[in-house]
Amino acid sequence: MSTLHPPTQQPLPQPLPWPGAGTHRIPFAAYTSTELHQRELERFFYRGHWCYVGLEAEVPKPGDFKRTALGERSVILVRDFEGQLHVLENLCAHRGVQFCRQRQGQATSFTCPYHHWTYTLKGDLRGVPFQRGAPGPDGQMQGGMPADFDRAAHGLTKLKVAQRGGLVFASFDAEVEPFEAYVGPRILPWFDRLFNGRQLKLLGYNRQRVPGNWKLMQENIKDPYHPGLLHTWFVNFGLWRADNRSRLQMDEHGRHAAMISTRGAAAAPAAAAAQAQAQATEVSSFKPRMQLHDDRFLDIVPEPWWGGPTAVMTTLFPSVILQQQVNSVSVRHIQPDGPDAFNFEWTHFGFEDDDEAMTRRRLRQANLFGPAGFVSADDGEVIELSQAGFRSRRGLGEAGCSIVELGGREVGEADHMLTETLIRGMYAYWRRVMEAA
Amino acid sequence: MTAALSFDTWLALQQLQTQAANALDNEDWDAWVACFTVDAEYRLVPRENHERGLPLATMAFESQAMLKDRIYAIRETLFHDPYHQRHLLSPMQVLSVAADGGSFDTQTSYAVFRTKHLQLSEVFNLGRYLDRIVHTPEGLRFARRLVVYDSELIPNSVIYPI
Repeated sequence: MSTLHPPTQQPLPQPLPWPGAGTHRIPFAAYTSTELHQRELERFFYRGHWCYVGLEAEVPKPGDFKRTALGERSVILVRDFEGQLHVLENLCAHRGVQFCRQRQGQATSFTCPYHHWTYTLKGDLRGVPFQRGAPGPDGQMQGGMPADFDRAAHGLTKLKVAQRGGLVFASFDAEVEPFEAYVGPRILPWFDRLFNGRQLKLLGYNRQRVPGNWKLMQENIKDPYHPGLLHTWFVNFGLWRADNRSRLQMDEHGRHAAMISTRGAAAAPAAAAAQAQAQATEVSSFKPRMQLHDDRFLDIVPEPWWGGPTAVMTTLFPSVILQQQVNSVSVRHIQPDGPDAFNFEWTHFGFEDDDEAMTRRRLRQANLFGPAGFVSADDGEVIELSQAGFRSRRGLGEAGCSIVELGGREVGEADHMLTETLIRGMYAYWRRVMEAA
Repeated sequence: MTAALSFDTWLALQQLQTQAANALDNEDWDAWVACFTVDAEYRLVPRENHERGLPLATMAFESQAMLKDRIYAIRETLFHDPYHQRHLLSPMQVLSVAADGGSFDTQTSYAVFRTKHLQLSEVFNLGRYLDRIVHTPEGLRFARRLVVYDSELIPNSVIYPI
């Protein structure tokens, strides 16, 4: 296990114009600065945090591997011959070659194409061609690596690995706290509700590139204000609406969160509920005459493990979103690429005990999500447009701030949706980590 | 090929291919929906899912009614940056003809370019159509259109069918 990132000691390159200690106004530069982005990678993705890398079900057999990204670094999730999972950096110790090119596959070892350095599935350097040179005309060995070259000291970078409920997380930081402590006691029950030990069944992938800062995707799933306005389907079919009973929870640091909602369960007593419904459906995205031509899209069947809520959206900072929206379940993996874009990978799955009808139902409801989703496609669109606004002010003295004051200027949990408290909580944490010496 | 294919039939099949692409490029959504049978299947699928036998699609519609729901979403419910599509199709290969001559399996490659208002045109999506086309009283229609795309990343979102 190597420690790669000595803490950056420099103060922030340019202090951001925060409103005092608060986070209810987010300076646009937080989304566009290359220096801040580099510091985010070091402090959130590469140190002190666990990042999502995949499902155990993606690499079920010994030798199975999957290439993915942790922050902006390429890593390989691989199962060795003893069945153990490893996460290795895809970077040859010799000349830095990102040697693994397939998205996924089967291997008995990894060989760099350049000079054939060969690594075991555990990441140990096994072979260096001509390490001891080659015999010359006089039989003496010529060339080769210095005699003190130590293969044991030149393996691939091995990440720390955590597994829970069929998900695999990794960290470049050998000192990172245990995964359960990292998620924390308030969010862990929501993690365990979805991943309760059942074997996961991989259904497939969707991948998109969103031209926006990666934090905007975390914020999108910490923002219960927009779904009832932007997403007509949510409003019309009551899937996520201001008048539904709901709860917003976060971990003690404010970095992770869960938005919990129950369809058809009114948040208020009868008379007030009618008023709330009237308001929730008065928005312009509500289409009173909208009816599906084929209502199989919304063939919703409650499942015992839900325990009440019909939608729970969990954000684990910084890398992943765990989705349950009625029968559709997925993990959404955030892979930043500079301050202005991220790749977003959706992995949909089901459970071992799903019958054929449930699998079909999950696949049909997947039409609501992903890069073409009846609901989710417009999230990517508005994130792109936010970033376009931020970028147009890049470098200006008075660049401007994003306003997140719905529900107040403080950070706290809530039992309603008309608040941006989870975004404020995330930035309170962001400031503590980013502004530390 | 299992049964003989007349030039007239080939021409009619090719016409349907072009008609569907032009309907999309002209944003004549109803004309596009009309290219399908009532119980048609339309799936837009990443090549990886297709080749690995993973059932998830990017769009998965199982009836002409579902296509109509998508069109309604395009017109009324999905917020999106407006754009135009332009399809370029390869010549169609007829893979097989049913023994009774009533249905045809074909493959056609496509490139779709996207042009947003006030922006440069760009390559949007590349792939191939795997189609089953059938005779109906109204003429040839798609009974199944499987759109397998090579593009590893969707440039943000895909709103219109391909």
